[in-house]
Amino acid sequence: MAIVCAQGLGKTYRVADKQPGLANTLRHFVSRRERTIEAVREVSFSIEPGEFVGFLGANGAGKTTTLKMLTGLIHPTSGTVEVAGCLPHRRQAAFLGQITLVMGQKQQLIWDLPPLDSLRVNAAVYGIPPAESRRRIEELAEMLELGDELRRPVRKLSLGQRMKAELLAALLHRPAVLFLDEPTLGLDVNAQARVRSFLADYNRRFGATVLLTSHYMADITALCPRVLLIHEGRLFYDGGLETLTQRLAPCREVRLELHEPMGAGAFVSYGEVEAIQGREVRLLIPRERLTEQVGRLLADHAVVDLSISDPPIEDIIGRLFHQGALA
Amino acid sequence: MRRPLRQRLAHGRRIAAVLLSSQYAYMLEYRAEIVLWALSGVLPFIMLGLWSAVDAGGGLGMGPLQLARYFLAAFVVRQFTIVWVMYTFEEDNLNGRLSPYLLQPLPLVWRYVAAHLSEQVTRLPFVALLVGLFFLLYPAAFWWPSLSSLLLGMLATLAAFALRFLMQFTLTMVCFWSEKASALERLLYLPYLYLSGLVAPLALYPEGVRNVAFWTPFPYMIDVPARILAGETVPVGQSFAAMAAWAALFLPINLLLWRRGLRHYSAMGA
Repeated sequence: MAIVCAQGLGKTYRVADKQPGLANTLRHFVSRRERTIEAVREVSFSIEPGEFVGFLGANGAGKTTTLKMLTGLIHPTSGTVEVAGCLPHRRQAAFLGQITLVMGQKQQLIWDLPPLDSLRVNAAVYGIPPAESRRRIEELAEMLELGDELRRPVRKLSLGQRMKAELLAALLHRPAVLFLDEPTLGLDVNAQARVRSFLADYNRRFGATVLLTSHYMADITALCPRVLLIHEGRLFYDGGLETLTQRLAPCREVRLELHEPMGAGAFVSYGEVEAIQGREVRLLIPRERLTEQVGRLLADHAVVDLSISDPPIEDIIGRLFHQGALA
Repeated sequence: MRRPLRQRLAHGRRIAAVLLSSQYAYMLEYRAEIVLWALSGVLPFIMLGLWSAVDAGGGLGMGPLQLARYFLAAFVVRQFTIVWVMYTFEEDNLNGRLSPYLLQPLPLVWRYVAAHLSEQVTRLPFVALLVGLFFLLYPAAFWWPSLSSLLLGMLATLAAFALRFLMQFTLTMVCFWSEKASALERLLYLPYLYLSGLVAPLALYPEGVRNVAFWTPFPYMIDVPARILAGETVPVGQSFAAMAAWAALFLPINLLLWRRGLRHYSAMGA
């Protein structure tokens, strides 16, 4: 039986609509104009217990609004949602004790105190006995590779340490359902990898269900066998990551730094030229031809530096929607 | 299934103890700011100087010692009834800090209550210091309230804090609809200042104004507890009944606005 079930979920907002300039400011003051934004439209999906699901979409696609409805922070305008057998917007203690929401840029830890103080509060709020909470803190701290950091004021921690401490605080009550909104945002590559491996470990060890949004394709590919793709509030794709990757990101981005500037014409035979700026070139090369083409590039040109990455997911999704590939 | 009452009480006691101790630790980090806040609350002493000068001819109907004791008591009561929940809530709402708290199985209001109580404890030594300084400069005004006046005065101050908190927290619910709801509190500060007895004991007001004032909740926030502490005769039962009546009026409004507000909440900044 599904642990997360959304049916025809929708959310509309009324927002002020004001043009710039003094005259428009005065006009807006006298007669306020508003418009309706459909942030989420007719979204339906279900998630089974223990699943690790990626939630993809460009900025403003409706991911965070959906997460807010799933956690009960905001009321849906239409449709129904059930999480862990409860209606989230009722915010009953039985429901709140089973879920957690981690937002990459938001924090629940008390800024001027060590994380342990916030953890003590969380343990009391969730009714975790002191001995048990100590045991859980030790266990999670070990999984997250946190030590003395828990005794240092939060404001003195690095972004990565703070994110790990936030995760610890969010998971102390051992929730069955985790909603993670950009948990690796702003972290360096090493910290991202550690958070990823922790999440995979947590999911395995406790059988928790995870719905993860991330702008980093690496998070999604490492953790999520299944993905949901949302665009302009509508759910466009619900299925395996591999199928989506083939449809969405058949190419990888190759960045070159050349010894001297060259024209775009010199690179069209390797792949799609994304941009050329001075000695820097960005190319999109199909995955299946990547090794061969990189070999050719290195042999044919005086390359000072080369890096290969997945194009930003936002760019890929934007490009594909622009081309109507998924429509 | 609901847990037995004893377990729930023990759970509540643990939450209270942990919240208070962590908030106290947090307030200690800001002790310098709290000292400044305590110092900025010396308005009653300024008003004492002003009214003492006015009363040089003795025509006010309150002796200089009575006046001095009233304003000192008003200073103490004010220090322990300062409420700032609207400003913190508004900031938390705008910065998206409200959302993580709303997702925990603890009514949000208790975090703010704990923060206020912890701030009062942090404020206590500085208030004691200022009171000591007052007696040093004005030894003739020294008095010990009787035990009954002290206990009743403390109870009235606590009730005044609770009422003021409840009133402001009710107004705070406007934050769910407006990003600048604290302007309302600034507007209400004027009648509070004038009718609470902070600028002058209500006994000095014209009878008509005084009668109107006692139909508002403001005199119970400073004047009544201050007069009890200063050892003056106060209709205690009537005053506590009036506070209870105001609380009974605001509580359901607060709960209603809270529920409606949550429906309207957009989890800004989150």
